[in-house]
Amino acid sequence: MKVVVFCKSVPDTETRVKLKDNRLDKSEIKYILNPYDEYAVEEAVRMKEAGKVDEVIAISMGPERAREALRSALAIGADRGILVKDDALDGSDTYVTAKVLVKALEKDGVDYGMLLFGQQAIDGDTWHVPGQVAEMLGLPQTGSIIKLEVDPDAGKAVANRLVEGGEEIHEMSLPCVVTCRKGLNEPRYPSLPNIMKAKRKPIQDYSIADLGLSPEEVGKAGSLTEVLSYSLPPKKEAGKKVEGEPEEVVQALVKFLKDEIKVI
Amino acid sequence: MSVWVIADQRNGALRKPAFEALSEGRRLADELGTSLEAVIVGHNVEGLCNEIASYGAEKVYLIDHELLATYNPPAYARAIGDLIKEKQPQIVLMGGTMTGRDLMPRIAARVGAGLAPDCIKLEIVDGKLKATRPAIAGKVRVEIGYKSDIQMAILRPNVFEKLEPDTSKSAEVEKVPFEPTDLDTKQKLVEFVSKETGRPELTEAEVIVSGGRGMKAPENFAIIEELADLLGAAVGASRAAVDAGWRPQSDQVGQTGKTVSPNLYIAVGISGAIQHLAGMSSSKFIVAVNKDPDAPIFNVADFGVVGDLFKVVPLLTEEIKKIKAQEG
Repeated sequence: MKVVVFCKSVPDTETRVKLKDNRLDKSEIKYILNPYDEYAVEEAVRMKEAGKVDEVIAISMGPERAREALRSALAIGADRGILVKDDALDGSDTYVTAKVLVKALEKDGVDYGMLLFGQQAIDGDTWHVPGQVAEMLGLPQTGSIIKLEVDPDAGKAVANRLVEGGEEIHEMSLPCVVTCRKGLNEPRYPSLPNIMKAKRKPIQDYSIADLGLSPEEVGKAGSLTEVLSYSLPPKKEAGKKVEGEPEEVVQALVKFLKDEIKVI
Repeated sequence: MSVWVIADQRNGALRKPAFEALSEGRRLADELGTSLEAVIVGHNVEGLCNEIASYGAEKVYLIDHELLATYNPPAYARAIGDLIKEKQPQIVLMGGTMTGRDLMPRIAARVGAGLAPDCIKLEIVDGKLKATRPAIAGKVRVEIGYKSDIQMAILRPNVFEKLEPDTSKSAEVEKVPFEPTDLDTKQKLVEFVSKETGRPELTEAEVIVSGGRGMKAPENFAIIEELADLLGAAVGASRAAVDAGWRPQSDQVGQTGKTVSPNLYIAVGISGAIQHLAGMSSSKFIVAVNKDPDAPIFNVADFGVVGDLFKVVPLLTEEIKKIKAQEG
């Protein structure tokens, strides 16, 4: 069985966000492989190590820097990469992103048994693309999983999905879509030899023309939503800070909870 | 051209975010001068239609089938998506439960509609929906407009005001037939493993008491739990406390855990790393207890206590008990 892992290049969590003319100023941002995608890559590579999967393909849509995200996935153990890169893709919403990724899968022709995603990307935080891809391909889907058992011979997967108040256990026929989150596994740190090896693994580039798409179908032109503006969240005013004997500070806190928040 | 709400139910009970979505849907429908209609999917859930009506829905589409008894993403998306394509509502809302976050993208893809997730504000501008949502770990706010005729949005739980239900109201109920297809049987929820604690769900709680690295050991969370139970609160944890194995993954608040917006968030022994702030900075009030006066959590706290949590928290619990006893 072959599996495909979807990878996104995202700003590092520690990045300070600056705005310029109501848009994101990306000049000083450091980019990493989306941490949620690491769980997906790790899970796919473990399936390969367990002999259940014979090829792990990492795919990304994004600008040139997305190649580095793919290299990170290859260093963890993915076998090859696909990068969909085109200036016309700038400004694409999640619907277009899903559409383009589906086209790239078709173009590659990979006979996949499973598509693995991170539950969300830590920049957009939409959680959209996995479900959109699953629907476009007519596949079953279990999101936010913390446990996965796959039986390629029986064509089945069982996944535990973390929800409010417990876990839903879903049984799916293959091929299927899963989205991965913390709790599923502990992603490895790639070894230096594996990082070096990743540099020699193949990455296939596609433009939108390669995928049979026109500029009008992608980017801002093809999107169903548009970003009207970015703004910084309202700055929170510094609150009270008390220090002193426990009895005194607790009295002050109780007064605050009682008079201002009215929770007691 | 109505406003629709997909009313999320589990085990025959409507979820709190569904009431918030209905309330916000009612407000938007009034502003547009149109009707509020709801969709409910499940099995033997007709009894919930009255409750939906009490939040202002004039019509309820009921999709009731054995195969829909538990959450089935392809089947739910097909049933609801095809109904949306047929009836063409202008706006479709759903609360951001785990089902809502999972299901809405599928429906939006099926319908070919624009979708905004995790919204904290919705407005009507020139007759169309405009959504505001946080992104990049809460570091920016994004305003989203729509180019599709059908405009879809997922609402962050605990942010939108819930109306008082009016049980004198009723709604027209339209039963929508459901014919299973091959796709619907490709997936089945085979078991639900309950991890109920008797406390409210983090994402829906009015009050949360969270513990971090400063708790030092798992058994020390007893003082957090005692305070939480006194306040009817949920118990949360920082990544440090979860990674140390002191608390389950489901308790984690922050970037790799849950995003919460309670009325009151009490952070105990939590330094306030950016990853934690990402998950709780939209709380209405924040109280922090930490022995380090320079802990970043104090930058977002409305009320900060610099001190030893092992003295402060039990004392606070005692004081609240006294007040409750007086009010008796």
